[in-house]
Amino acid sequence: MLVETVRFGGHGGDLIEGYLARPIIAEPTPGVVVIHHAPGLDPWCREVARNLAFAGYTTVVPHLYHRRGPGDWADVAAAARVEGLDKAMPNDQVMGDVAGAAAYLRTLTNSNGKVGVIGFCSGGRQALLAACDVPTLDAAVNCWGGSIFPEVDPYDPEGRRASGVIHRVKDMTVPLLGIFGNDDLNPSVEQVDRLDKVLTVLDKEHTFHRYDDAGHAFFVTDKPSYRQEQSVDGWKRIRVFFQDKLY
Amino acid sequence: MCTWTSEQIEIAGQGRGVSDWIHVSNANISYDHPAIAPYEHALLIDFVDPAQGVGARIAVELDVTSAHALMRALQTTLATPQAMLDYDTAMTKQTLSG
Repeated sequence: MLVETVRFGGHGGDLIEGYLARPIIAEPTPGVVVIHHAPGLDPWCREVARNLAFAGYTTVVPHLYHRRGPGDWADVAAAARVEGLDKAMPNDQVMGDVAGAAAYLRTLTNSNGKVGVIGFCSGGRQALLAACDVPTLDAAVNCWGGSIFPEVDPYDPEGRRASGVIHRVKDMTVPLLGIFGNDDLNPSVEQVDRLDKVLTVLDKEHTFHRYDDAGHAFFVTDKPSYRQEQSVDGWKRIRVFFQDKLY
Repeated sequence: MCTWTSEQIEIAGQGRGVSDWIHVSNANISYDHPAIAPYEHALLIDFVDPAQGVGARIAVELDVTSAHALMRALQTTLATPQAMLDYDTAMTKQTLSG
């Protein structure tokens, strides 16, 4: 595979940085946009891109905190964190960056024209939002995206309400796969139930896989939250989903 | 005067060093997902100087029990007579200048 740092037009025409990994094969390949989790474009998110490239997908991870750089990924993420989520990652900016990343993938000579998105943690919520706001996508995977509903954020010490994105799902046109841990608090089992119900009532194409003995971030191999058995099965489900929607 | 007071605590976490002393103008404190420390959540303390770029950062990520131990040690240290005297003096100056 070929791995490199690339630049492409993001939200508002901003030139942003992305981490690109692509298989070197003759056949046209689908693209995948990876939305990194809140800690930033860390080594694990880069590993995700390489693993997807190994599976046959040209993958790019837009650096959502690029506008705070340049610098070490953790320093840039720390600078973004102090601004707060709404300022560091406003929804319209992230959607613009995801749309830019998808358009960039389609310009590559090996593209088969199909592009999916997958996001983790806050990126999971953003992947759900992209399924509504970026209709040119062909598939979306929400991995444990929290703060879907406008309710008190359990991780907020001041008990502030997260703004939520559930009001957007009425416009969802992109098929959605959801991966969740049943020990997670955000999203909780009850919140995932509610999301499933809303999508079902609205007749939106979606499939959820939910895992016992797994909490938040159970794919993340360099954190104690990693659950090997559940992660292996989850990745298998994702590959099957992308195989179905992106070829 | 030399106070020779110190609090020593055992902690668990990760720290990010820099090669030399740097000016710091802000402290950013949050309890969130750490970048490196092996916990789902950690107390994140960044001493930074935004004017010098994002790399001007001295960071620690502590597990929650270490964070509480640190807080108690800070309170104990700042309750010593010299620290209290210096604080009262600083607050008086601040009040007079304000």
